[in-house]
Amino acid sequence: MKFRKIEDFKDYCEKVRKRKRKDIRIKVCITGCRAKGAIDLFNEFKKREDKEIEVIPTGCHKFCSGAPVVKVELFTKDYIYQNVCIDDIDEIIKNSKKDKPVERILLKDKKFFESQVIKVLKNCGEINPVNIDDYIYYGGFSSFLNVIENFTPDKVIEELRKSKLRGRGGAGFPTYKKWEIVKNQISDEKFVICNGDEGDPGAFMDRTLLEGVPFQIIEGMLICGFTIGSNKGFFYIRAEYPIAILHISQAIRECYKYGLLGKNILGTGFDFDIEIKKGAGAFVCGEETALIASIEGKRGMPRPRPPFPAEKGLFGKPTCINNVETFANIPIIINEGGENFCKTGTEKSGGTKIFSLAGKVKNTGLVEIPLGTPLWKIIYEIGGGPIDGRKIKGVQTGGPSGGCIPVEYFNTLTDYETLAELGSIMGSGGMIVIDDKVCAVELARYFLDFVQKESCGKCVPCRIGTKRMLEILERITKGKGEIEDIEKLEKLGNYIKEVSLCGLGQTAPNPVLTTLKYFKDEYLEHIILNYCKAGQCKEIVYSPCTNACPAGIDIPEYISAIEKGDFIKAYEIICNDLPFPSICGRACYSPCENMCRRKDIDQAVGIRVLKKFVCDYAWKKGMSLKDFTILKPEINKRVAVIGGGICGLTCAYFLSKEGIRVDIYEKENELGGTVKKYIPEFRLPKKIVEKEIKDILNERINIFLKKTLFENLKLEQLEKEYDAIFISIGAMPLFYNEKNNIYDGLEFLKKVKEGKKINIGENVGVIGGGNVAIDCARVAKRLGAENVYIIYRRTEEYMPAHKTEIEEAKKEKIKFLYLLSPEKTEFLDGKIILILKRMGLADGIDKDGRRKIIEKDEKIEMKLDTLIYAIGQKTKKKNGTCRWN
Amino acid sequence: MKNRSNLEILQEIQEKKNYIPLDYLDKICKKYKISKSKIFGVLTFYSQFTIYPRGKYLIRICEGTACHVKGSRKIREMLENEYGLENGKTTPDMKFTLQIVACLGSCFMAPCMMVNNDYYGNLDVEKAKKIINSLK
Repeated sequence: MKFRKIEDFKDYCEKVRKRKRKDIRIKVCITGCRAKGAIDLFNEFKKREDKEIEVIPTGCHKFCSGAPVVKVELFTKDYIYQNVCIDDIDEIIKNSKKDKPVERILLKDKKFFESQVIKVLKNCGEINPVNIDDYIYYGGFSSFLNVIENFTPDKVIEELRKSKLRGRGGAGFPTYKKWEIVKNQISDEKFVICNGDEGDPGAFMDRTLLEGVPFQIIEGMLICGFTIGSNKGFFYIRAEYPIAILHISQAIRECYKYGLLGKNILGTGFDFDIEIKKGAGAFVCGEETALIASIEGKRGMPRPRPPFPAEKGLFGKPTCINNVETFANIPIIINEGGENFCKTGTEKSGGTKIFSLAGKVKNTGLVEIPLGTPLWKIIYEIGGGPIDGRKIKGVQTGGPSGGCIPVEYFNTLTDYETLAELGSIMGSGGMIVIDDKVCAVELARYFLDFVQKESCGKCVPCRIGTKRMLEILERITKGKGEIEDIEKLEKLGNYIKEVSLCGLGQTAPNPVLTTLKYFKDEYLEHIILNYCKAGQCKEIVYSPCTNACPAGIDIPEYISAIEKGDFIKAYEIICNDLPFPSICGRACYSPCENMCRRKDIDQAVGIRVLKKFVCDYAWKKGMSLKDFTILKPEINKRVAVIGGGICGLTCAYFLSKEGIRVDIYEKENELGGTVKKYIPEFRLPKKIVEKEIKDILNERINIFLKKTLFENLKLEQLEKEYDAIFISIGAMPLFYNEKNNIYDGLEFLKKVKEGKKINIGENVGVIGGGNVAIDCARVAKRLGAENVYIIYRRTEEYMPAHKTEIEEAKKEKIKFLYLLSPEKTEFLDGKIILILKRMGLADGIDKDGRRKIIEKDEKIEMKLDTLIYAIGQKTKKKNGTCRWN
Repeated sequence: MKNRSNLEILQEIQEKKNYIPLDYLDKICKKYKISKSKIFGVLTFYSQFTIYPRGKYLIRICEGTACHVKGSRKIREMLENEYGLENGKTTPDMKFTLQIVACLGSCFMAPCMMVNNDYYGNLDVEKAKKIINSLK
């Protein structure tokens, strides 16, 4: 039915909007979720349609990590279900008819939607993307009707100016200005182009809009055509988006059917045609001049500007080229009015921005937020923070043209200017979160490799410059970098930025320059130490676990020995790199397991426990470290080791193997340091420590006890006597003020281990959130305390203690009090009165990615018998040097 | 094929023949008086076009940022080592062609790949293997 008059169409719209819909509407995403079997799911749902139930295929529901996602609209409330499978259908239908949800599969992280302001994507996931009546039902085409009836082109531009809308493609050029320039050009023909060549790896908001709300974009283009005086529009969509091409072409067909496209639209005399042009796989075609060349059927190479496309564009005619998201914003601005629209956003740019959040965060998907929202809110609140056990390192915004912003800057507000100041760009809105398992150098190499391949080759700096930069980066990731390479990269990067022809070249060095700026230590580690912290650079990483092990044990090798049943061989492999396998098997915090690849699938391999088992087995068989200690012939060298802890002993052991005589000087009257003094007996029995120390010692190692540096041990004297001095004296307690049953954590543990009497009492408070705090609490419980409280000023997720330790403590009925910080202590009748301040979560995060906390007015009093401070250790500093000068 | 740009002509041929046979292209050029050098320039610029016959299944493996940080390289290596696939090449039995692409816009389920027009997401090596095997 073709409408030839505005009135007819308006009547029709009224009629559509009054249509009664069925009571239960089940909306299944059939676009993004298609990769997870959403089509089958939709078909199954469709079979169950009846007089109450309507099943609608829709676009994206935004929460893509829960794919397939289904929204169910009931009488009273809407529910969003995640990871729906065909087996869930019957239950969903049964419960929906009773107006109840299926709790089991409900959207888990409600915070994902809480901080979002959904405007542009409002209809996405609501309507059937290719059903024009559905779009009309939700208010579609009212903006276009309003414009064509009541607006002059100048008025449209005025509204856009007020709205402060800026181009969503990346550069942020004010949209009204572009439209005004094109409008003022005198030409027989003008063009509107919708840039849907979303080539940025990591961005998928244009795809979602094209697939989910095609009519909204067409409406935006219609308004644009009317305003600038154009009769012809083009969609340029990349070939990798077949669903987008399909939906857009179906939507265009519907519009022609209704007379919303074609000649003399709704009898107004306004003609407008839209055609689709498919891309053919070239990233550079996202650049406007290259895109125009591609539509003209040429090689997609950019040309110098000016003249800008607004003056001389497609076929030499004035052309208004905007991004998909920009067009999708237009109907909203007309509906709301420019002034209302810009109430959301910042002073310089109005409205919301859609970001595609992906990478190493819990919740991935589309995020629509007001411009000016801080990054941490997007990543930690909406994104749900890091994947379990990982640590977020930074975020790459703007794809390969953008930069990598480290976590220290996550309080930055997302806006065109602020991101540019950090060396990145907003770009089209891709956000890839990276964590400690992603190597910054490798990431920079990856992006450069990408732009290198996609460089069209027209201008020299981009074609050859990026190639040279890539070669340098490849060298570094292979561990063959030189220290001069860093300067070379910086220099070359800045040249390319300055002199390249188009946006691709001008932004290509950004990922390298920003990682150099914010993650320089990683570059240096690669170049100087041949070490990749993240365990990603294949050439210099043997395996992620060995790479993460501070002792560099050949973990894959000993695990495969265990697998073959050769436990003694496994023990030997461990002993080659580590003289304290039994202690490590019990007390190591196992960074190897944290980096284990298996962890990405289900759980890490239990490397630490395997090690413990192997050691216990070897000991039972009468083996020890001594059996694998081969001393090389003696050479005439002597080394002094100060500090007889694990570190000093390890050093002495390996030196003695090399034929060097070692003298160990220890302050206390026994060897073993922290491990022996502080780690509680139930975690690490003293006799194991003693046995392992005994095995290490040999005739080349002499021990001098009760020797304290600067007191009865003079550095000058040692320097004369020895060829080298190794200082391994550890850290000192930060807090030491023992009185009236108030202890420092480490001193408390030491006293208990030495068997000294402690009157623990009934109620014990431990302040701190680290492993020492947990140890203290568990020891206090074992000493007979009734109630043990761990008092921590943040929340559990930020506790530095090992997760398994926290779990164990909870099993022992230790109570955890969060968001409390000690203010002062008083004494009353032999009891300690601890006064605590209540803390609250503040806006913003600190440089470690933890939420900032603020003091609240509330005070809490606790009556305790014993109070333990376990708030960390530090080496004391004097004038910038450590205590030992 | 009149009124079509060079790019569209190539797209049409590829859609019909699954690749662009050079002798066929010659004929088209002669028939419509198109400059051979120009159309060849376009053909070599865009990564979508190929002048070699393609297999029954076009496997597009994504090496976009999100897929990259989530380990797409391992899947590519598996395809290379176990199925002898190589970027841009077709297996001798004309079954598979591998194409490495920059982004499939499915970053939320990285790593992902496409087989002809179907998307597959949240892959790991085992899952990818299963999908490929089911195509045989």
